[in-house]
Amino acid sequence: MSDSPAMTDTVDVVHHDRPELRHHFAAVDQQRNAASLGMWWFLGTEIMFFGGMFCAYLIYRRWYFPEFAAASRTLDLKVGTFNTVVLICSSLTVAMSVRAAQLGKRKQQVWLLFWTLVFGLSFLGIKTYEWGNKYKEHHIPTFDYNVISGEGNIVKGNEALLGITDEIKNNPVKLRQREAEIQQHTKLFYSLYFALTGMHAIHMIVGVGIFLVISWMAHKGRFTPEYHTPLEIAGLYWHFVDIVWIYLFPLLYLIDRRPGA
Amino acid sequence: MSEHSEHIVPARLYVLIWAILIVCTVLTAWVATVDLGKFNTVVALGIATFKASVVVLIFMHVKYTSEKMTKAILMASVFWLLLLLVLSLTDYSSRPQGLLIPSSSDLVRLV
Repeated sequence: MSDSPAMTDTVDVVHHDRPELRHHFAAVDQQRNAASLGMWWFLGTEIMFFGGMFCAYLIYRRWYFPEFAAASRTLDLKVGTFNTVVLICSSLTVAMSVRAAQLGKRKQQVWLLFWTLVFGLSFLGIKTYEWGNKYKEHHIPTFDYNVISGEGNIVKGNEALLGITDEIKNNPVKLRQREAEIQQHTKLFYSLYFALTGMHAIHMIVGVGIFLVISWMAHKGRFTPEYHTPLEIAGLYWHFVDIVWIYLFPLLYLIDRRPGA
Repeated sequence: MSEHSEHIVPARLYVLIWAILIVCTVLTAWVATVDLGKFNTVVALGIATFKASVVVLIFMHVKYTSEKMTKAILMASVFWLLLLLVLSLTDYSSRPQGLLIPSSSDLVRLV
């Protein structure tokens, strides 16, 4: 195409030499930019979608900071950090597979996509393990929800943070009242935790589905240095989901981890 | 020719970005356990924003794109998000905190 004549005014040009170039585009570059732009518009709506949930989370976190901080401490910091690393690795393999497509290295492309799927599914597996622990601790806001006694007791060790002074401790009525508040307000934290991580996980599941198809297409040799738009825009989606997690991790896991505070 | 304007990022840069992201992740987890007072949240969100910017610029090729609309959409989206968050938070911060559940007598008055 590089030696073809400049674009004419005729609209009904048929590019017989370029089967991947649709007739309503003048050039491959234009077609690729249009597709990429469409994905960016979609990601813009995704920012609006997640933005609403982030906003609700930030308001409640401001209102009920001590309860949110105490509840945040029950999340497993090591597992959360490890999962963030797993997701970053998957973003690298996606970026590298797009690069492999640009260079026309099919085998490398397929392997990198395979590792993307492995990392993506590992992330989901680790997340399931974390959710399972929350279930065991009675931290899922449903029937057996309990943060003031039993296995998932978050009051113990967090008395200073939660404002449970000796005066309140020695006054059964006041203590009950405070405990009821803690139950309610931590429920908000866990509801938002499950809504946000759940929505993120749904996006991951969709991403894994998309990348299964992309891997198959890559395996079939559908992507060339000239045409690999599906891989590229699927990659944009994957990186976006990674960015959502980059914000979720500090907001949910790292509210207040200071020792003795 | 605009035909082959697609930028190919060197593999070494991708790996460098990956290493920076990993280091930042470990750093943010560690610094959260250090008492910085009110600045713990600021530092955590600062590191997150740095990580997100690097992903957008390099992994998502925004730094290399010739399509100016991509940057326009990105900036408009981030601006919209900041409007939502900043204006909502200033509004809620300047009011009595907590859920205000109207009492039944208030509801009767409304009817």
